[in-house]
Amino acid sequence: MSQIHAQPGSEPMFRLLALFLLFCSPAVGEETSPVGKLINLVHQDCGSCHGLTLKGGLGPDITPHSLTHYDIETLSMVVLDGIPETAMPPWRPIMSEKDAERIAEYLLRGELK
Amino acid sequence: MNILKHFFLAFAVTSLVVAPSPKAETIRATGDLGLVVERASGSLLLIDQSERTALARIEGLGDLSHASLVYSPDQRFAYVFGRDGGLTKVDITTRKIVGRIVQSGNAIGGAISDDGRLVAVSNYEPGGVRIFDADTLELVADIPAGSKTIGLVDAPGRKFVFSLWDDGETWIADLSSGDPIVTRIEDIGTNPYDALITDDGRLYITGLFGEDGLTAIDMWDPEPHPIRVLPEYGRGQKDLPVYKMPHLEGWARAGREFVLPAVGHHQVLWIDAQNLSETGRTDTYGQPVFAMARPDGRQVWVNFAHPLNDTIQVIDTVSKKVVHEFKPGKAVLHMEFTARGHEVWVSVRDAGKVIIYDTRTFEKRGEIDAESPSGIFFTSRAHKMGL
Repeated sequence: MSQIHAQPGSEPMFRLLALFLLFCSPAVGEETSPVGKLINLVHQDCGSCHGLTLKGGLGPDITPHSLTHYDIETLSMVVLDGIPETAMPPWRPIMSEKDAERIAEYLLRGELK
Repeated sequence: MNILKHFFLAFAVTSLVVAPSPKAETIRATGDLGLVVERASGSLLLIDQSERTALARIEGLGDLSHASLVYSPDQRFAYVFGRDGGLTKVDITTRKIVGRIVQSGNAIGGAISDDGRLVAVSNYEPGGVRIFDADTLELVADIPAGSKTIGLVDAPGRKFVFSLWDDGETWIADLSSGDPIVTRIEDIGTNPYDALITDDGRLYITGLFGEDGLTAIDMWDPEPHPIRVLPEYGRGQKDLPVYKMPHLEGWARAGREFVLPAVGHHQVLWIDAQNLSETGRTDTYGQPVFAMARPDGRQVWVNFAHPLNDTIQVIDTVSKKVVHEFKPGKAVLHMEFTARGHEVWVSVRDAGKVIIYDTRTFEKRGEIDAESPSGIFFTSRAHKMGL
Protein backbone atom coordinates (compact mmCIF):
# COMPACT_ATOMS: atom_id res chain seq x y z
CA MET A 1 0.00 0.00 0.00
CA SER A 2 1.26 3.45 -0.75
CA GLN A 3 0.03 6.96 -0.13
CA ILE A 4 -1.07 8.76 -3.23
CA HIS A 5 -1.77 12.39 -3.91
CA ALA A 6 -3.25 13.59 -7.14
CA GLN A 7 -0.82 16.49 -7.71
CA PRO A 8 1.35 15.63 -10.69
CA GLY A 9 5.09 15.76 -10.31
CA SER A 10 5.11 15.12 -6.59
CA GLU A 11 7.35 12.38 -5.23
CA PRO A 12 4.48 9.99 -4.46
CA MET A 13 3.52 10.36 -8.11
CA PHE A 14 6.86 8.79 -9.06
CA ARG A 15 6.13 5.95 -6.71
CA LEU A 16 2.79 5.53 -8.43
CA LEU A 17 4.53 5.46 -11.79
CA ALA A 18 6.99 2.87 -10.51
CA LEU A 19 4.09 0.78 -9.24
CA PHE A 20 2.36 1.12 -12.57
CA LEU A 21 5.42 -0.12 -14.44
CA LEU A 22 5.94 -2.91 -11.95
CA PHE A 23 2.44 -4.27 -12.31
CA CYS A 24 2.02 -3.63 -16.00
CA SER A 25 1.25 -6.94 -17.67
CA PRO A 26 2.52 -7.34 -21.24
CA ALA A 27 -1.12 -7.22 -22.32
CA VAL A 28 -1.43 -3.65 -21.13
CA GLY A 29 2.12 -2.49 -21.66
CA GLU A 30 2.47 -3.20 -25.37
CA GLU A 31 -0.89 -2.01 -26.53
CA THR A 32 0.54 0.50 -28.97
CA SER A 33 2.05 -2.16 -31.26
CA PRO A 34 -0.30 -4.20 -33.48
CA VAL A 35 0.56 -7.40 -31.60
CA GLY A 36 0.12 -5.62 -28.26
CA LYS A 37 -3.27 -4.35 -29.38
CA LEU A 38 -4.44 -7.85 -30.29
CA ILE A 39 -3.23 -9.31 -27.00
CA ASN A 40 -4.91 -6.44 -25.19
CA LEU A 41 -8.16 -7.20 -27.03
CA VAL A 42 -7.96 -10.88 -26.06
CA HIS A 43 -7.45 -10.17 -22.36
CA GLN A 44 -9.75 -7.17 -22.02
CA ASP A 45 -12.60 -7.96 -24.40
CA CYS A 46 -12.61 -11.76 -24.79
CA GLY A 47 -11.86 -11.46 -21.08
CA SER A 48 -15.35 -9.97 -20.51
CA CYS A 49 -16.65 -13.53 -20.60
CA HIS A 50 -13.54 -15.73 -20.41
CA GLY A 51 -11.84 -13.76 -17.62
CA LEU A 52 -8.88 -11.40 -17.76
CA THR A 53 -6.54 -14.36 -17.27
CA LEU A 54 -8.61 -16.42 -19.78
CA LYS A 55 -9.22 -19.07 -17.13
CA GLY A 56 -12.97 -18.78 -17.63
CA GLY A 57 -16.03 -16.90 -16.46
CA LEU A 58 -19.46 -17.13 -17.99
CA GLY A 59 -17.52 -18.52 -20.95
CA PRO A 60 -15.12 -21.48 -20.61
CA ASP A 61 -11.39 -21.58 -19.84
CA ILE A 62 -9.49 -20.70 -23.03
CA THR A 63 -5.93 -21.10 -21.82
CA PRO A 64 -3.75 -23.24 -24.17
CA HIS A 65 -4.15 -26.52 -22.23
CA SER A 66 -7.94 -26.28 -22.57
CA LEU A 67 -7.80 -25.78 -26.33
CA THR A 68 -5.60 -28.70 -27.36
CA HIS A 69 -8.41 -30.17 -29.48
CA TYR A 70 -8.34 -27.09 -31.75
CA ASP A 71 -6.09 -26.16 -34.64
CA ILE A 72 -5.53 -22.57 -35.70
CA GLU A 73 -7.93 -22.76 -38.64
CA THR A 74 -10.88 -24.18 -36.67
CA LEU A 75 -10.32 -21.87 -33.73
CA SER A 76 -10.16 -18.78 -35.91
CA MET A 77 -13.48 -19.87 -37.48
CA VAL A 78 -15.00 -20.09 -33.97
CA VAL A 79 -13.75 -16.57 -33.28
CA LEU A 80 -15.14 -15.25 -36.60
CA ASP A 81 -18.48 -17.05 -36.61
CA GLY A 82 -19.19 -17.73 -32.95
CA ILE A 83 -20.95 -20.82 -31.62
CA PRO A 84 -24.71 -20.92 -32.31
CA GLU A 85 -27.02 -21.46 -29.31
CA THR A 86 -24.31 -20.23 -26.94
CA ALA A 87 -23.17 -16.80 -25.73
CA MET A 88 -20.09 -16.91 -28.01
CA PRO A 89 -20.69 -14.12 -30.55
CA PRO A 90 -19.35 -13.91 -34.11
CA TRP A 91 -16.49 -11.39 -34.23
CA ARG A 92 -16.47 -11.21 -38.05
CA PRO A 93 -18.42 -7.90 -38.14
CA ILE A 94 -15.59 -6.12 -36.31
CA MET A 95 -12.52 -8.27 -36.98
CA SER A 96 -10.42 -9.25 -40.03
CA GLU A 97 -9.74 -12.93 -40.84
CA LYS A 98 -6.04 -12.25 -40.42
CA ASP A 99 -6.55 -10.89 -36.90
CA ALA A 100 -8.76 -13.86 -35.97
CA GLU A 101 -5.99 -16.20 -37.13
CA ARG A 102 -3.41 -14.29 -35.06
CA ILE A 103 -5.71 -14.47 -32.02
CA ALA A 104 -6.20 -18.23 -32.52
CA GLU A 105 -2.41 -18.56 -32.71
CA TYR A 106 -2.03 -16.60 -29.48
CA LEU A 107 -4.68 -18.66 -27.69
CA LEU A 108 -3.14 -21.98 -28.74
CA ARG A 109 0.49 -21.08 -28.11
CA GLY A 110 0.09 -18.68 -25.20
CA GLU A 111 2.34 -16.16 -26.94
CA LEU A 112 2.49 -14.11 -30.10
CA LYS A 113 5.54 -12.83 -31.92
CA MET B 1 12.98 34.30 19.90
CA ASN B 2 14.89 31.20 20.89
CA ILE B 3 13.15 31.16 24.24
CA LEU B 4 9.83 31.41 22.50
CA LYS B 5 10.71 28.41 20.29
CA HIS B 6 11.65 26.35 23.35
CA PHE B 7 8.45 27.33 25.00
CA PHE B 8 6.41 26.16 22.03
CA LEU B 9 8.38 22.93 21.81
CA ALA B 10 7.81 22.26 25.49
CA PHE B 11 4.16 23.04 25.06
CA ALA B 12 3.87 20.72 22.09
CA VAL B 13 5.54 17.87 23.97
CA THR B 14 3.32 18.42 26.98
CA SER B 15 0.18 18.39 24.93
CA LEU B 16 1.27 15.11 23.35
CA VAL B 17 1.62 13.59 26.79
CA VAL B 18 -1.62 14.88 28.22
CA ALA B 19 -3.67 14.38 25.08
CA PRO B 20 -3.16 10.82 23.83
CA SER B 21 -6.36 10.84 21.74
CA PRO B 22 -5.83 10.88 17.97
CA LYS B 23 -5.33 14.28 16.40
CA ALA B 24 -8.22 15.55 14.37
CA GLU B 25 -6.30 15.26 11.12
CA THR B 26 -5.56 11.56 11.65
CA ILE B 27 -9.25 10.71 11.81
CA ARG B 28 -10.87 10.30 8.44
CA ALA B 29 -14.58 9.55 8.42
CA THR B 30 -15.60 7.07 5.72
CA GLY B 31 -18.95 8.46 4.56
CA ASP B 32 -17.55 10.17 1.47
CA LEU B 33 -14.88 7.61 0.63
CA GLY B 34 -14.94 4.96 -2.05
CA LEU B 35 -12.90 2.23 -3.70
CA VAL B 36 -11.95 1.87 -7.35
CA VAL B 37 -11.11 -1.60 -8.63
CA GLU B 38 -7.85 -1.71 -10.57
CA ARG B 39 -8.60 -4.87 -12.49
CA ALA B 40 -5.26 -5.75 -14.02
CA SER B 41 -3.03 -5.21 -10.98
CA GLY B 42 -5.25 -6.73 -8.30
CA SER B 43 -5.37 -3.51 -6.32
CA LEU B 44 -7.89 -1.02 -5.00
CA LEU B 45 -7.60 2.74 -5.01
CA LEU B 46 -9.10 4.42 -1.95
CA ILE B 47 -10.62 7.72 -3.05
CA ASP B 48 -12.08 10.74 -1.29
CA GLN B 49 -15.19 11.96 -3.04
CA SER B 50 -15.27 15.46 -1.54
CA GLU B 51 -11.58 16.15 -2.12
CA ARG B 52 -11.61 14.37 -5.50
CA THR B 53 -8.32 12.65 -4.72
CA ALA B 54 -6.84 9.21 -4.27
CA LEU B 55 -5.73 8.56 -0.70
CA ALA B 56 -4.04 5.17 -0.93
CA ARG B 57 -3.58 2.05 -2.97
CA ILE B 58 -4.31 -1.30 -1.36
CA GLU B 59 -2.62 -4.25 -3.04
CA GLY B 60 -2.67 -8.02 -3.01
CA LEU B 61 -6.28 -8.84 -3.88
CA GLY B 62 -5.64 -11.39 -6.64
CA ASP B 63 -7.47 -11.42 -10.00
CA LEU B 64 -9.89 -8.50 -9.96
CA SER B 65 -11.26 -8.76 -13.50
CA HIS B 66 -15.02 -8.28 -13.13
CA ALA B 67 -14.57 -7.66 -9.40
CA SER B 68 -17.19 -6.05 -7.23
CA LEU B 69 -17.51 -5.23 -3.55
CA VAL B 70 -19.98 -4.47 -0.78
CA TYR B 71 -19.60 -2.47 2.43
CA SER B 72 -20.31 -3.27 6.08
CA PRO B 73 -23.15 -1.20 7.60
CA ASP B 74 -20.63 0.96 9.51
CA GLN B 75 -18.87 1.77 6.21
CA ARG B 76 -15.55 0.63 7.63
CA PHE B 77 -15.03 -2.69 5.89
CA ALA B 78 -15.24 -3.61 2.22
CA TYR B 79 -15.75 -7.20 1.09
CA VAL B 80 -14.16 -7.63 -2.30
CA PHE B 81 -15.22 -10.42 -4.65
CA GLY B 82 -12.47 -11.40 -7.08
CA ARG B 83 -12.75 -13.44 -10.24
CA ASP B 84 -10.34 -16.04 -8.84
CA GLY B 85 -12.74 -16.90 -6.00
CA GLY B 86 -10.94 -14.58 -3.59
CA LEU B 87 -12.99 -12.94 -0.85
CA THR B 88 -10.98 -10.14 0.72
CA LYS B 89 -11.97 -8.01 3.70
CA VAL B 90 -10.42 -4.56 3.65
CA ASP B 91 -10.43 -2.05 6.51
CA ILE B 92 -10.63 1.31 4.78
CA THR B 93 -9.81 3.24 7.95
CA THR B 94 -6.41 1.56 8.32
CA ARG B 95 -6.19 0.90 4.55
CA LYS B 96 -5.20 -2.70 5.11
CA ILE B 97 -6.39 -6.17 4.18
CA VAL B 98 -7.70 -7.73 7.40
CA GLY B 99 -8.90 -11.06 6.02
CA ARG B 100 -8.65 -13.02 2.81
CA ILE B 101 -9.77 -16.46 1.68
CA VAL B 102 -9.94 -18.11 -1.71
CA GLN B 103 -13.37 -19.69 -1.45
CA SER B 104 -13.80 -21.12 -4.97
CA GLY B 105 -12.05 -21.48 -8.32
CA ASN B 106 -14.02 -18.81 -10.14
CA ALA B 107 -16.51 -16.29 -8.75
CA ILE B 108 -18.71 -13.53 -10.12
CA GLY B 109 -19.88 -11.32 -7.28
CA GLY B 110 -21.47 -11.16 -3.89
CA ALA B 111 -23.84 -9.55 -1.46
CA ILE B 112 -24.11 -8.69 2.24
CA SER B 113 -27.17 -9.54 4.35
CA ASP B 114 -29.49 -6.79 5.60
CA ASP B 115 -28.11 -7.19 9.14
CA GLY B 116 -24.51 -7.00 7.91
CA ARG B 117 -23.59 -10.35 9.48
CA LEU B 118 -23.34 -12.58 6.39
CA VAL B 119 -21.47 -12.22 3.13
CA ALA B 120 -22.55 -14.42 0.19
CA VAL B 121 -20.50 -15.18 -2.93
CA SER B 122 -21.80 -16.34 -6.30
CA ASN B 123 -19.59 -18.94 -7.96
CA TYR B 124 -19.00 -20.11 -11.54
CA GLU B 125 -16.62 -22.88 -10.53
CA PRO B 126 -17.81 -25.08 -8.82
CA GLY B 127 -21.11 -23.16 -9.11
CA GLY B 128 -23.57 -22.47 -6.32
CA VAL B 129 -23.34 -19.90 -3.55
CA ARG B 130 -21.25 -19.88 -0.39
CA ILE B 131 -22.06 -17.80 2.65
CA PHE B 132 -19.51 -16.51 5.16
CA ASP B 133 -19.46 -14.83 8.57
CA ALA B 134 -18.80 -11.14 7.93
CA ASP B 135 -16.52 -10.87 10.99
CA THR B 136 -14.32 -13.93 10.58
CA LEU B 137 -14.91 -15.02 6.94
CA GLU B 138 -15.64 -18.52 8.24
CA LEU B 139 -17.95 -20.62 6.08
CA VAL B 140 -21.52 -20.48 7.41
CA ALA B 141 -23.40 -22.24 4.61
CA ASP B 142 -22.60 -23.92 1.30
CA ILE B 143 -25.40 -24.05 -1.27
CA PRO B 144 -24.31 -26.20 -4.23
CA ALA B 145 -26.49 -25.64 -7.29
CA GLY B 146 -24.87 -27.69 -10.06
CA SER B 147 -24.82 -24.53 -12.17
CA LYS B 148 -23.04 -21.23 -12.55
CA THR B 149 -24.91 -18.72 -10.43
CA ILE B 150 -25.58 -15.10 -11.36
CA GLY B 151 -27.57 -12.12 -10.13
CA LEU B 152 -26.91 -12.67 -6.42
CA VAL B 153 -28.58 -9.98 -4.28
CA ASP B 154 -29.57 -9.49 -0.65
CA ALA B 155 -33.25 -9.32 0.27
CA PRO B 156 -35.00 -8.26 3.48
CA GLY B 157 -35.18 -10.83 6.29
CA ARG B 158 -31.65 -12.20 5.99
CA LYS B 159 -32.28 -13.62 2.53
CA PHE B 160 -30.16 -13.96 -0.56
CA VAL B 161 -31.61 -14.43 -4.04
CA PHE B 162 -29.71 -15.73 -7.08
CA SER B 163 -30.30 -17.44 -10.44
CA LEU B 164 -28.85 -20.42 -12.27
CA TRP B 165 -27.31 -19.67 -15.68
CA ASP B 166 -27.34 -23.30 -16.80
CA ASP B 167 -30.73 -24.36 -15.44
CA GLY B 168 -32.95 -21.26 -15.66
CA GLU B 169 -34.03 -21.23 -12.02
CA THR B 170 -34.11 -18.62 -9.26
CA TRP B 171 -33.34 -19.68 -5.69
CA ILE B 172 -34.23 -17.81 -2.53
CA ALA B 173 -32.00 -18.72 0.43
CA ASP B 174 -33.50 -17.73 3.78
CA LEU B 175 -30.91 -17.59 6.59
CA SER B 176 -33.13 -16.02 9.24
CA SER B 177 -33.13 -19.17 11.36
CA GLY B 178 -29.55 -20.36 10.99
CA ASP B 179 -29.33 -23.08 8.33
CA PRO B 180 -30.42 -21.91 4.89
CA ILE B 181 -33.93 -22.77 3.75
CA VAL B 182 -33.91 -22.71 -0.04
CA THR B 183 -36.99 -22.00 -2.17
CA ARG B 184 -36.51 -23.03 -5.82
CA ILE B 185 -38.42 -21.26 -8.56
CA GLU B 186 -38.20 -23.18 -11.84
CA ASP B 187 -38.72 -22.13 -15.46
CA ILE B 188 -37.62 -18.54 -15.19
CA GLY B 189 -36.21 -18.67 -18.75
CA THR B 190 -33.12 -19.71 -20.71
CA ASN B 191 -29.70 -18.49 -19.60
CA PRO B 192 -30.42 -15.74 -17.07
CA TYR B 193 -27.33 -13.50 -17.19
CA ASP B 194 -27.90 -10.98 -14.39
CA ALA B 195 -30.62 -9.76 -12.06
CA LEU B 196 -31.64 -6.85 -9.87
CA ILE B 197 -33.81 -6.33 -6.84
CA THR B 198 -35.88 -3.17 -6.46
CA ASP B 199 -35.02 -0.88 -3.57
CA ASP B 200 -38.17 -1.92 -1.68
CA GLY B 201 -37.03 -5.53 -1.88
CA ARG B 202 -40.21 -6.56 -3.65
CA LEU B 203 -39.29 -7.38 -7.26
CA TYR B 204 -36.39 -9.56 -8.37
CA ILE B 205 -35.98 -9.07 -12.12
CA THR B 206 -33.79 -11.37 -14.20
CA GLY B 207 -32.44 -10.60 -17.67
CA LEU B 208 -32.41 -13.53 -20.12
CA PHE B 209 -29.72 -14.13 -22.69
CA GLY B 210 -31.21 -17.28 -24.21
CA GLU B 211 -34.64 -15.88 -25.04
CA ASP B 212 -36.54 -12.62 -25.38
CA GLY B 213 -37.72 -10.68 -22.39
CA LEU B 214 -37.13 -10.69 -18.67
CA THR B 215 -38.61 -12.54 -15.71
CA ALA B 216 -39.86 -10.91 -12.52
CA ILE B 217 -40.49 -12.54 -9.17
CA ASP B 218 -42.71 -10.88 -6.57
CA MET B 219 -40.91 -11.45 -3.27
CA TRP B 220 -44.01 -10.40 -1.35
CA ASP B 221 -46.01 -13.26 -2.85
CA PRO B 222 -46.24 -16.19 -0.36
CA GLU B 223 -45.68 -18.53 -3.31
CA PRO B 224 -43.37 -16.59 -5.64
CA HIS B 225 -43.54 -17.61 -9.30
CA PRO B 226 -42.05 -16.39 -12.59
CA ILE B 227 -43.81 -13.42 -14.22
CA ARG B 228 -42.78 -12.92 -17.86
CA VAL B 229 -41.92 -9.34 -18.80
CA LEU B 230 -41.77 -8.15 -22.43
CA PRO B 231 -41.86 -11.70 -23.83
CA GLU B 232 -42.26 -10.29 -27.33
CA TYR B 233 -39.29 -7.96 -27.04
CA GLY B 234 -36.92 -8.29 -29.97
CA ARG B 235 -39.05 -10.86 -31.76
CA GLY B 236 -38.71 -10.68 -35.51
CA GLN B 237 -35.65 -8.47 -35.22
CA LYS B 238 -32.22 -9.82 -35.82
CA ASP B 239 -30.18 -9.81 -32.62
CA LEU B 240 -26.75 -8.23 -32.88
CA PRO B 241 -23.72 -10.14 -31.61
CA VAL B 242 -23.28 -9.50 -27.88
CA TYR B 243 -19.65 -8.74 -27.06
CA LYS B 244 -20.35 -7.92 -23.44
CA MET B 245 -23.26 -8.97 -21.26
CA PRO B 246 -25.18 -5.99 -19.90
CA HIS B 247 -25.34 -5.41 -16.17
CA LEU B 248 -28.62 -5.08 -14.35
CA GLU B 249 -27.16 -4.20 -10.97
CA GLY B 250 -26.95 -0.58 -12.02
CA TRP B 251 -30.67 -0.71 -12.80
CA ALA B 252 -32.48 2.52 -12.97
CA ARG B 253 -35.85 3.49 -11.60
CA ALA B 254 -37.04 6.78 -12.94
CA GLY B 255 -40.30 7.80 -11.35
CA ARG B 256 -42.80 5.07 -12.14
CA GLU B 257 -40.62 3.32 -14.68
CA PHE B 258 -37.59 1.06 -14.83
CA VAL B 259 -34.97 1.63 -17.47
CA LEU B 260 -33.02 -1.45 -18.49
CA PRO B 261 -30.38 -2.23 -21.10
CA ALA B 262 -31.61 -4.37 -24.00
CA VAL B 263 -29.56 -7.43 -24.96
CA GLY B 264 -28.40 -7.63 -28.57
CA HIS B 265 -30.00 -4.31 -29.53
CA HIS B 266 -28.91 -0.68 -29.50
CA GLN B 267 -31.69 0.30 -27.11
CA VAL B 268 -32.74 0.81 -23.53
CA LEU B 269 -36.19 -0.42 -22.50
CA TRP B 270 -38.74 1.41 -20.33
CA ILE B 271 -41.02 -0.69 -18.17
CA ASP B 272 -43.94 0.40 -15.97
CA ALA B 273 -42.90 -0.44 -12.41
CA GLN B 274 -46.50 -1.24 -11.38
CA ASN B 275 -47.78 -3.55 -14.11
CA LEU B 276 -44.44 -4.42 -15.81
CA SER B 277 -45.69 -3.50 -19.29
CA GLU B 278 -43.45 -1.81 -21.83
CA THR B 279 -43.75 1.97 -21.90
CA GLY B 280 -41.09 2.82 -24.45
CA ARG B 281 -37.72 2.24 -26.08
CA THR B 282 -34.91 4.69 -26.63
CA ASP B 283 -32.41 4.07 -29.42
CA THR B 284 -28.84 4.35 -28.21
CA TYR B 285 -25.35 4.66 -29.66
CA GLY B 286 -24.45 1.03 -29.03
CA GLN B 287 -25.45 -2.00 -26.98
CA PRO B 288 -25.86 -0.68 -23.43
CA VAL B 289 -23.81 -2.24 -20.62
CA PHE B 290 -24.96 -0.09 -17.70
CA ALA B 291 -28.05 2.12 -17.62
CA MET B 292 -27.70 3.99 -14.34
CA ALA B 293 -30.22 6.48 -12.97
CA ARG B 294 -28.98 9.57 -11.22
CA PRO B 295 -30.27 9.19 -7.64
CA ASP B 296 -33.12 11.66 -8.25
CA GLY B 297 -34.24 9.63 -11.28
CA ARG B 298 -34.18 12.58 -13.70
CA GLN B 299 -31.31 11.29 -15.87
CA VAL B 300 -30.09 7.89 -17.00
CA TRP B 301 -26.45 7.54 -17.95
CA VAL B 302 -25.61 4.73 -20.37
CA ASN B 303 -22.29 3.21 -21.43
CA PHE B 304 -21.74 0.67 -24.20
CA ALA B 305 -20.14 -2.61 -25.15
CA HIS B 306 -16.97 -3.07 -27.20
CA PRO B 307 -16.24 -1.70 -29.81
CA LEU B 308 -18.41 1.34 -29.01
CA ASN B 309 -17.23 1.67 -25.42
CA ASP B 310 -15.70 5.13 -25.75
CA THR B 311 -19.02 6.94 -25.41
CA ILE B 312 -21.58 7.88 -22.76
CA GLN B 313 -25.13 9.00 -23.50
CA VAL B 314 -27.37 10.78 -21.02
CA ILE B 315 -31.12 10.23 -21.38
CA ASP B 316 -33.70 12.59 -19.91
CA THR B 317 -36.30 10.43 -18.20
CA VAL B 318 -39.20 12.81 -18.79
CA SER B 319 -38.81 13.00 -22.57
CA LYS B 320 -36.98 9.61 -22.89
CA LYS B 321 -34.60 11.37 -25.29
CA VAL B 322 -30.81 11.47 -25.40
CA VAL B 323 -29.88 14.96 -24.19
CA HIS B 324 -26.11 14.65 -24.02
CA GLU B 325 -23.43 12.49 -25.64
CA PHE B 326 -19.68 12.62 -25.11
CA LYS B 327 -16.54 10.52 -25.36
CA PRO B 328 -14.54 10.33 -22.13
CA GLY B 329 -12.03 7.93 -23.75
CA LYS B 330 -11.52 4.31 -24.76
CA ALA B 331 -13.14 1.65 -22.59
CA VAL B 332 -15.61 3.43 -20.33
CA LEU B 333 -16.31 0.56 -17.92
CA HIS B 334 -18.35 1.95 -15.05
CA MET B 335 -20.13 5.00 -13.66
CA GLU B 336 -20.93 5.79 -10.03
CA PHE B 337 -23.05 8.68 -8.79
CA THR B 338 -22.42 10.53 -5.56
CA ALA B 339 -25.19 9.76 -3.08
CA ARG B 340 -27.17 12.86 -4.00
CA GLY B 341 -26.24 12.78 -7.66
CA HIS B 342 -24.37 16.07 -8.06
CA GLU B 343 -21.39 14.28 -9.61
CA VAL B 344 -20.72 11.09 -11.50
CA TRP B 345 -17.38 9.29 -11.43
CA VAL B 346 -16.47 7.44 -14.62
CA SER B 347 -13.74 4.83 -15.04
CA VAL B 348 -11.94 4.99 -18.38
CA ARG B 349 -9.83 1.85 -18.49
CA ASP B 350 -7.48 2.50 -21.40
CA ALA B 351 -6.84 6.11 -20.39
CA GLY B 352 -5.94 4.91 -16.89
CA LYS B 353 -8.19 7.53 -15.36
CA VAL B 354 -11.28 8.04 -13.26
CA ILE B 355 -12.94 11.22 -14.55
CA ILE B 356 -15.41 13.25 -12.49
CA TYR B 357 -18.30 15.13 -14.12
CA ASP B 358 -20.93 17.54 -12.88
CA THR B 359 -24.26 15.89 -13.75
CA ARG B 360 -26.10 19.15 -14.40
CA THR B 361 -23.60 21.09 -16.50
CA PHE B 362 -21.72 17.95 -17.77
CA GLU B 363 -18.47 19.82 -17.05
CA LYS B 364 -15.42 17.88 -16.04
CA ARG B 365 -14.65 18.50 -12.37
CA GLY B 366 -11.48 16.50 -11.95
CA GLU B 367 -9.64 13.30 -12.69
CA ILE B 368 -7.62 10.73 -10.81
CA ASP B 369 -4.95 8.42 -12.17
CA ALA B 370 -5.81 4.76 -11.74
CA GLU B 371 -4.44 1.60 -13.28
CA SER B 372 -6.97 -0.08 -15.63
CA PRO B 373 -9.88 1.13 -13.48
CA SER B 374 -13.17 -0.76 -13.63
CA GLY B 375 -15.81 -0.71 -10.86
CA ILE B 376 -16.21 2.37 -8.65
CA PHE B 377 -17.93 1.84 -5.31
CA PHE B 378 -18.82 4.66 -2.90
CA THR B 379 -19.43 3.76 0.73
CA SER B 380 -22.99 5.14 0.46
CA ARG B 381 -23.83 1.75 -1.10
CA ALA B 382 -23.68 0.32 2.44
CA HIS B 383 -27.22 1.51 3.06
CA LYS B 384 -28.82 0.40 -0.18
CA MET B 385 -30.45 -2.95 -0.78
CA GLY B 386 -29.26 -5.10 -3.64
CA LEU B 387 -25.97 -3.30 -4.24
